[in-house]
Amino acid sequence: MTTEQPGTEQAGTEQAGTEQAESVPAQVHVPGRFGAFGGRYVPEALIPALEELDEARQKALVDPEFIDELATLHRTYTGRPSIITEVPRFAEHAGGARIILKREDLNHTGSHKINNVLAQTLLTKRMGKRRVIAETGAGQHGVATATAAALMGLECTIYMGKVDTERQALNVARMKILGATVVAVEHGSATLKDAINEAMRDWVTNVDHTHYVLGTVTGPHPFPEMVRDFHKIIGEEARGQVLELTGRLPDAVIACVGGGSNAMGIFHRFVTDQGVRLIGVEAGGDGIDTGRHAARFATAEPGVLHGAMSYLMQDDQGQTLETHSISAGLDYPSVGPEHSFLRDSGRAEYRYATDDQVMHAFQLLCRTEGIIPALESAHALAATLDVGKELGPDALLLVNLSGRGDKDMHTAAEWFGLVDKDGQA
Amino acid sequence: MSALSEVFARCKAEGRAALIGYLPVGYPDVEGSLAAMTALAEAGADIVEVGMPYSDPVMDGPVIQRAATEALAKGVHVDDVFRATAAVRDAGAVPVVMSYWNLVLRRGVDRYAADLAASGGVGMITPDLIPEEAGEWHEASERHGLDRIFLVAPSSTAERISVVTGASSGFVYTASTMGITGTRGSVGSGASELVARLREATDLPLCVGLGVSNGAQAAEVASFADGVIVGSALVSTLLDRGRDEGLAALRELTAELAEGVRGRA
Repeated sequence: MTTEQPGTEQAGTEQAGTEQAESVPAQVHVPGRFGAFGGRYVPEALIPALEELDEARQKALVDPEFIDELATLHRTYTGRPSIITEVPRFAEHAGGARIILKREDLNHTGSHKINNVLAQTLLTKRMGKRRVIAETGAGQHGVATATAAALMGLECTIYMGKVDTERQALNVARMKILGATVVAVEHGSATLKDAINEAMRDWVTNVDHTHYVLGTVTGPHPFPEMVRDFHKIIGEEARGQVLELTGRLPDAVIACVGGGSNAMGIFHRFVTDQGVRLIGVEAGGDGIDTGRHAARFATAEPGVLHGAMSYLMQDDQGQTLETHSISAGLDYPSVGPEHSFLRDSGRAEYRYATDDQVMHAFQLLCRTEGIIPALESAHALAATLDVGKELGPDALLLVNLSGRGDKDMHTAAEWFGLVDKDGQA
Repeated sequence: MSALSEVFARCKAEGRAALIGYLPVGYPDVEGSLAAMTALAEAGADIVEVGMPYSDPVMDGPVIQRAATEALAKGVHVDDVFRATAAVRDAGAVPVVMSYWNLVLRRGVDRYAADLAASGGVGMITPDLIPEEAGEWHEASERHGLDRIFLVAPSSTAERISVVTGASSGFVYTASTMGITGTRGSVGSGASELVARLREATDLPLCVGLGVSNGAQAAEVASFADGVIVGSALVSTLLDRGRDEGLAALRELTAELAEGVRGRA
């Protein structure tokens, strides 16, 4: 450590093309901890598997063979690098700020989820396991996992809340066609958190031959760190692409936050760029005062769920509260522990967008740019409209368009009254 | 000598294993659960595990999940845990609590420990807390004279066994198989092998749970372990039955299990 003032080495951050030191601010003091958050709150039976996974991923991250294999898959299968798209007609509604989208929606399977899934399934094979399981809310992570399992010849079981299987029937069919077994979870609230509970029960029973492909930056160590590392390519690509296009770094990077994997993916490379604001957008649902939302940072206090200490929507007894969002992918009561750390340390800021605001932004992007975003990503777009107005026409904003909206057509058609009561167009 | 040590010393003197029975507080309702725990103690359980229902019980199978979900729907409160521990003590058995960690964190670890000790509880089983995350619990349990019961599993390496037994007191919860709570046709051979590995690492009493549901299985486990833990099978006696009928079935199974731990099955 030196006695330099914090930020000294970041001088010149905003100059075009300046490469920053690779070091991330001292944040992980204890393995698996981001400040007070993270950790491993799991049954003892899983500890050996978590240690095996931690060792395997650390080896893989510096193994040229793994790095090359993953890079080749991303180039020839995922479709990386994903492009960036400037959206001037949309930007007219955001105070005239310059807005650039990172197009993770164009990846194979339709969202950023494939980045993490391909890496974890490669790890699964390296660990000598033959079966993968995963949870899914909207179905994006389930579809990505079923896809990678088909590609790599692994058995695959996907856990999905019963309520979500009904909301996302088409994605259930996609997963089945790809060869996966889909289990509809009926316990508890029958949504994403219950699907995770059931996946953990499967894992603790079958851990000798099964890897749990956790889909976001939550869960016990090493998942939050590992999943972030498998998504950080989003920010690494985008930073270079924005510099090349505009000659400077963006003023703000904006992403939606459920568990928070697409946000950590695009934020990570910018954390050391002190002049770049990092803005996460949670699900405001029907509005904070209604209690029907998933804006953890607006109302929640820290607690433990699914293996990690983080902000958590809970009652005064510590029981998990049910959440609401129009987007199944953000409908989760906790949030990745690194987001809690970035929030408490002041490096990132978190806002929320209500369902109304989200659907407005969703329709606006469709009508002004011909891009149909996922409802999750439309949260980031909704906040972008506000941030643009706040910062004015000189601002440059980078937004992670984490997924495409095909899966949300039913919800959107109902919202905008494009179908009759029987769901007929 | 702690209350748990006394139980295991007494059982050893009698040439048998201890019977540890689990029931969730709040099922079928709070008063009904206190009556059930009292019946469990009177019918032969040496130690009663008072379970607190939790919204996300990742170590529990369908039977305990169902009871927990119904108890939560009826509004069971963490305060009710301490009523249950007091009832168990009044009925002559030794009460320990089983709780997922967020419920303890939310109350405040020290406050939870103080309330538990004041109600006659002697320790806590923590299914989703490993020793590395248990610093605050370690301090609070020392301060209030409570035992810390951590779990080991067939997957546990020698290194993990050393960590867990080093942090535990009272007894070690030895999971018979990889998996979650629930009755099984047989207790895996992994259980006796795991107990043998644990014996080399610790002098603490070793109690085996997960999957034990009848007197014959209890007798089998009692032949190599210091205690037999039964949960889902006991909870099952209360499901889909009227209160008196459920209590009678509970007493009957408990008596059978008590015979089992005495090698008479």
